[in-house]
Amino acid sequence: MIEIEQVSFAYPNGVEALKNVSLTINDGEFTAVMGQNGAGKTTLVKHLNGLLKPTKGIIRVDGVETTKTSVAALARKVGFVFQNPDHQLFSETVEEEISFALKNFGFTEDAIEKRITWALNLLGLTQYRKTSPFMLSGGERKRVALASVLAWDPEILILDEPTIGQDYQQKEKLRQFIVQMQTQRKTIVIVTHDVEFVAECNPRVVLMKDGRVVADGEGRAILTNPEALAQSSIVLPQIAQVFSQLSPLGLPKDVIDTYEAKELLLKTWRRLK
Amino acid sequence: MSVFDGLKFRKVSSPIHNLDPRVKFIYVCAIFVAAILFGEILPLTALLLMQIPFVVLAGVQREWLRSLRGAAFLAAIIFFTNFLFSFVTAGYVVLASNVEWAASMTLRFVVLVESFSVFFLTTSPDHLGLALELTRVPYEFAFAFTTAVRFVPVLAEEAQTIMDAQKARGLELEKGNFMKRIRNYIPVLIPLIVSAIRRSLELAEAMESRAWGATKKRTNLYTLRLRRGDFALLALAIGVLAASICVRLYVYVPTLSQLLQGWL
Repeated sequence: MIEIEQVSFAYPNGVEALKNVSLTINDGEFTAVMGQNGAGKTTLVKHLNGLLKPTKGIIRVDGVETTKTSVAALARKVGFVFQNPDHQLFSETVEEEISFALKNFGFTEDAIEKRITWALNLLGLTQYRKTSPFMLSGGERKRVALASVLAWDPEILILDEPTIGQDYQQKEKLRQFIVQMQTQRKTIVIVTHDVEFVAECNPRVVLMKDGRVVADGEGRAILTNPEALAQSSIVLPQIAQVFSQLSPLGLPKDVIDTYEAKELLLKTWRRLK
Repeated sequence: MSVFDGLKFRKVSSPIHNLDPRVKFIYVCAIFVAAILFGEILPLTALLLMQIPFVVLAGVQREWLRSLRGAAFLAAIIFFTNFLFSFVTAGYVVLASNVEWAASMTLRFVVLVESFSVFFLTTSPDHLGLALELTRVPYEFAFAFTTAVRFVPVLAEEAQTIMDAQKARGLELEKGNFMKRIRNYIPVLIPLIVSAIRRSLELAEAMESRAWGATKKRTNLYTLRLRRGDFALLALAIGVLAASICVRLYVYVPTLSQLLQGWL
């Protein structure tokens, strides 16, 4: 469980990026942190593995205060995949890239070997095992970065902008992958602008603006609330846009799921016919 | 990184920022020469104090003080090596003049660093490039220079992000003996270098698609013109230089310990 209690954070240059943020993320919960650029999303999640320490307030990860432990110790529990894979890839082969963190955490040779195979298979990278990560495409590099974190099987997974530069098929794979992680009771936090991706996943949504949490709740409720979204410069997902104009037909407004939308429309169509 | 903060330019308008970069550079060089000419603490203190009105006028006190703090470590090394050396040569006794010598050598270093810090804090890379061009440096070199200067803060920021990303994968930079610590930086340096090279290639492509080097005769959006303030600063620079040469040649500069002895 992650407990964030009245946390404020100011960068050394004086910019106040977080203002009195309180939030509790339970085990096994899937949360999307959304908001416009500079709202403090990345700053917030960088606190969860201790990369940044709050200037005011307390953050506890499974009861341990982040100020009282090291990033390396927290990282074992909290996996953080950065937005730009080029900020972390440095090895000669994909295999070595994935083994880097495993070696840092002191896994045995056998365990490292098994986990590399497992992670490569999970993300469809097996054929690139001996390839240099620098030779791969942008989307593939992003998956290598993800694999290099998943390999140590952290209980909490933080993904910063996971859908950027991924084609639709890869996004769908990512979604299925997140669903799979959820069934294993992993806690997942994503930071994203991708409203359609969030609509399809329907997680808990935390909306941020100017360093504050302005809305927090079920994805379905928040993503169909035009006022809440507008103040974070987010537009309604397409399905919600359509349904927001179909209420004269007696259709509900809070629909974001494609399957549900289809069922509702079919039912209405049959009724009108 | 705090040493670099003392060299980071922030775009603001002040009487000092608006001075001609060429004149500012001449002034910094004059201070530089004067600082080299003197090994005594009194003239060096005067040279350091001379910087303060500039810093205040330009409104860069915070950055300037930060660069002072950044230079403190090197200054301490300079102080101790000088002190140790004079301590040994004086026959293992602590003399007031030895301490003063070490202090003035440190002060000389501080004067050099701080005068350049003021220059870089108040001169935009664009102005610098323009000044280089006007002094007949080929445009290609001037451009390469300004681009390099401009990318320093960008690279510093990127290095921080990369360090964060690797720390999140369990890298502990401060762990192990000396050699191990150096090796710890490989996962930071490789992505940094790769992205710097990639960035420079992208920059080259972007420049070529915007017709870089299409004509031999380039014109400039901004031109540099010497104004009244510039002439005043030029006069000040020449004055400082002339005065310090005269003093060096014809006046005996007493040390602080000699002065104090005369008093007591």
